[in-house]
Amino acid sequence: MPLDTKTTGFKYIGTRPDRPDGIDKVTGKARYGADAYAPGMLHGVMVRSPHAHARIKKIDATKALALKGVKAVVTRADFPTGLEGEDWNIQENCMAGEVALYDGHAVAAVAATSLLLAREAAKLIEVEYEVLPHVTDVDEAMKPGAPAIRAGAADYSVPEGLHPNVMRYIEYGHGDLEAGFAAADLVMENTYKTEATHQGYIEPHACLAQLGSDGKGEMWVCTQGHWFIRRMSAAVLGIDVANLRVTPSEIGGGFGGKTTVFIEPVALALSRKAGKPVKMVMTRSEVLRATGPTSSSSIDVKMGMKKDGTMTAAKVTMRMQGGAFPMAPIDSALDCAFSCYNIPAVHHEGYDVLANRPKQAAYRAPGSPMAAFATESLVDEMCRALGLDPLKTRLKNASREGTKASFGPTFPRIGLVETLEAAIAHPHYAAPLGTNQGRGVASGYWMNWGGETSVSAALGEDGSVTVSVGTPDIGGSRASMALMAAEALGIPYENVRVNVVDTGSLGVNEPTHGSRATYATGLATIEAVKQISSKLCQRAADKWGIPAEAVIWEDGCAKPSGPNAGEFPPLTIGELAAEMGSTGGPISGHFEATPSGHGGSFGTHIVDVEVDPETGHTSVLRYTVVQDAGKAIHPAYVEGQFQGGAAQGIGWALNEEYIYGADGRLQNTVFLDYRIPVASDLPMIDTVIVEVPNPGHPYGVRGVGETGITPPLPAVANAVHAAAGVRLRSLPMSPPRILAAIKAKG
Amino acid sequence: MRYHTPATFENASAIAAAASGVTRFLAGGTDVLVQMRADIVTPDDLIDIKHISGVKDIVQEDDKCWSIGAAVAGAELTAHKGLCADWPGVIEGMGLVGSTQVQGRATLIGNLCNGSPAADSVPGLAAAGAEVSVVGPKGTRQVKVEDIPAGPGKTTLAKGEVISGIYLPPRGKGGGDAYLRFIPRTEMDIAVVGCAVNLRVEGDTITEARVVLGAVAPTIVVVEDAAKALIGSTLDDKALVALAAAASAACRPINDKRGTIEFRKDVAGVLARRAAKIAYDRARGAK
Ligand SMILES: Cc1cc2nc3c(=O)[nH]c(=O)nc-3n(C[C@H](O)[C@H](O)[C@H](O)COP(=O)(O)OP(=O)(O)OC[C@H]3O[C@@H](n4cnc5c(N)ncnc54)[C@H](O)[C@@H]3O)c2cc1C
Repeated sequence: MPLDTKTTGFKYIGTRPDRPDGIDKVTGKARYGADAYAPGMLHGVMVRSPHAHARIKKIDATKALALKGVKAVVTRADFPTGLEGEDWNIQENCMAGEVALYDGHAVAAVAATSLLLAREAAKLIEVEYEVLPHVTDVDEAMKPGAPAIRAGAADYSVPEGLHPNVMRYIEYGHGDLEAGFAAADLVMENTYKTEATHQGYIEPHACLAQLGSDGKGEMWVCTQGHWFIRRMSAAVLGIDVANLRVTPSEIGGGFGGKTTVFIEPVALALSRKAGKPVKMVMTRSEVLRATGPTSSSSIDVKMGMKKDGTMTAAKVTMRMQGGAFPMAPIDSALDCAFSCYNIPAVHHEGYDVLANRPKQAAYRAPGSPMAAFATESLVDEMCRALGLDPLKTRLKNASREGTKASFGPTFPRIGLVETLEAAIAHPHYAAPLGTNQGRGVASGYWMNWGGETSVSAALGEDGSVTVSVGTPDIGGSRASMALMAAEALGIPYENVRVNVVDTGSLGVNEPTHGSRATYATGLATIEAVKQISSKLCQRAADKWGIPAEAVIWEDGCAKPSGPNAGEFPPLTIGELAAEMGSTGGPISGHFEATPSGHGGSFGTHIVDVEVDPETGHTSVLRYTVVQDAGKAIHPAYVEGQFQGGAAQGIGWALNEEYIYGADGRLQNTVFLDYRIPVASDLPMIDTVIVEVPNPGHPYGVRGVGETGITPPLPAVANAVHAAAGVRLRSLPMSPPRILAAIKAKG
Repeated sequence: MRYHTPATFENASAIAAAASGVTRFLAGGTDVLVQMRADIVTPDDLIDIKHISGVKDIVQEDDKCWSIGAAVAGAELTAHKGLCADWPGVIEGMGLVGSTQVQGRATLIGNLCNGSPAADSVPGLAAAGAEVSVVGPKGTRQVKVEDIPAGPGKTTLAKGEVISGIYLPPRGKGGGDAYLRFIPRTEMDIAVVGCAVNLRVEGDTITEARVVLGAVAPTIVVVEDAAKALIGSTLDDKALVALAAAASAACRPINDKRGTIEFRKDVAGVLARRAAKIAYDRARGAK
């Protein structure tokens, strides 16, 4: 679709009004997943495997069912058989079949009249296990002798001779690698490791489900995408999607982790069996043990560079475990690994590996932060070795419009160069540093996404407009949609109300994921409200007795297009709306598509840290995010995304990790020991919004949600090196690891 | 579960002595309630001591000793000018516990009796020479703080015994104390190593000292050698090196998700030096 992208002269776009959902959220009125109640509602509780890998020999619920108030127990026997592919994976993850595949894997669930009773009953369900050998580390899982988690399940891509835990293999590249390395003055190669981290959303998964014996049901759920929830739940239960109506609640964070199902099909199954609505709410420990963290990774990177900083060749091998199921994000990790650079020869190899851990889920730019950690650390090491400025070296090699991307296609208009130039010019880059302090920089990329999108807009009798969208509002998207609708119609922001509606109200919408909502839902919103203005022009034309082509829409009014059209005073949206019932009936607009003009976003981060040489403790002193937003619809929420990405990346770099004991059990299942940064750990994160418009969006929008988490891992590692003189190639860079490295250096 | 609100410590003790199942006292509840919700402990008898008169009092006795009630919350201690002036190290240990919300409830005695080797107020109390009074079926006894912990989650209190108050000795002249802990973050974390130093100076010379470590052994460790390294010195480099070495040597830590043995030993020495400097400066300060 050719779009006439408007980039200047905005009235509402680029302003910072309060978000429409703000007051309800800060006063506690907004209803989240756990805030739903239904008459006769039961409470569901899951029984989970305490073992990392164990055959389920017997499940005996007699004692639980004997408790007064216990209404139903479900196991895998209550779900249909014969599912295939990812549907089977999802079903198996929601409720284990023959084997529990990780610590925390659901094996049964119970519904009772109170939560206390359900918890009591869950303890009375007796499960007999035969414990099997387990493996949790990605490199160990590929070694000969490692327990095979699902022998024979690997796909056609896996070369012979690899461990059966390798599920998929990817290889691609272009250019003459050997010639590239031969042309280099310096070739360096290192191995990097990252631990699994959790999205750390504050709101645990929660749903209220109702499913009748007739296969018709309803669900209220905290999710990033209710059509996904509907499709997956229907598949897991063997019912038709049209029979399941799903309404999203407000959402307390997702970051990719709420694009799939965990408890939802189980709550539906319990409801079907008990004949009552069933509510399920996860505890924090359940969230950490049994939802989808990121993959952990082990990465080899090799790069050739000339003395002047020109990159000549690069090669990456990526091993990722995504839990006991395939689909670790090796694809996007490899695509992002060298995306920042114009390198004549690149080669990518990836291994998707099983381990006895929970099934990974998307987490903000899946795979890209790990790839960036490896590549951008190595680039820093090479710049040090050659005495080069790390930002100018990046600029020298930067991808730009027309560059053949490392992952194949040719880049359209992109903004990496602009972010690098802004970072170099930023006072932060030249600010003095004290003792034990160091500065690191890194760049990163996310390709963003379009995806299935359906939006409706309806005109109210007073000229205000209701927009119905299918993408839950996680980061202020209602405000952005309202701004775009206001701009397109020329009416005040306050006169637009944006509702996130249920699966029965619109065509299929993909979740709020892939940084797509402001781009795709925004594009659809603009198109939908433009239908309203063109219908209003028609009504005005009818009234004036002139052709519709002779009427234009401007500043919220229909006007004659010029002197030849006739002399008529403008008709406001309010005037036209007030009489629409008698001029042809209700007016609405609708737009649906799978827009594919999304534009990738690049970012460059600068960070200063201080490392205590006696304890290995790292303090982040100053942080600047520079990122291309295409067009910042609501700059404050764009800045919020930049800051949030940096904050999560800092946590991943310094202290967050999944810690498994020798028994394969997760040891840190609460926020005390799963250490996300607290407010006092972070400085105010400075932001610079670069705007290189995306030609694929009417106002130039690129997604901004994910790119922000891609540079922090290497940026912090590079800063730690500068501050303490030690290079950490394994995350997290927790104090014991940094101190050990400092002592080893002597 | 039975919930009790006795009016005297003798009553509280009698209920606990008569109970047959799992018994917990409820002070601030910031450990007990959290453990109940996490299914770690499900008491059969929960004995709330907050209804006993005097449990919220902070009193300075005629001999300048401080008597602190069993339900005085962290926030009440950190806001108390006299206590902060006398025992800044003890109070800063308690002040590190949790957040503003937790500070509104958490107590010194709860921190002590929860039995965590990483409890933040306990090294400072022990370094100060604090004592508690214990009411039990056999009457009342005075016990030094360092004699209460018996290992992770355990105390030396016998069945039916309850602590009724805590006593800090008169500060006297030339005294100073300090507590430091190491955590990977800046707040809301559990000590990987904690160290309290309490000392007294005459002129520039240290005449008395106590050094207590937390989180490096099953209980807090009173490090006699570390105290010896300080006494008689002017906190010169030699004393600091000896202090750090003694502190590191006294550690009997484990490798766990929060830190390695080597790390804890190293950091114990570092914190001992840093805490000693603060205590020394305080001792020679305004007082
Ligand atoms: C979010 C959070 C953060 C925290 N951060 C820290 C921290 O940084 N550092 C730290 O050390 N702790 C921390 N804690 C733990 C806790 O807050 C402290 O241990 C606190 O001091 C406990 O006091 P309380 O009054 O709440 O104890 P309670 O929970 O009421 O009781 C704790 C234990 O002491 C026993 N007990 C209570 N009173 C008596 C008595 N009079 N006689 C005998 N036994 C008694 C109880 O039976 C129970 O076993 C944190 C807790 C939370 C929830």
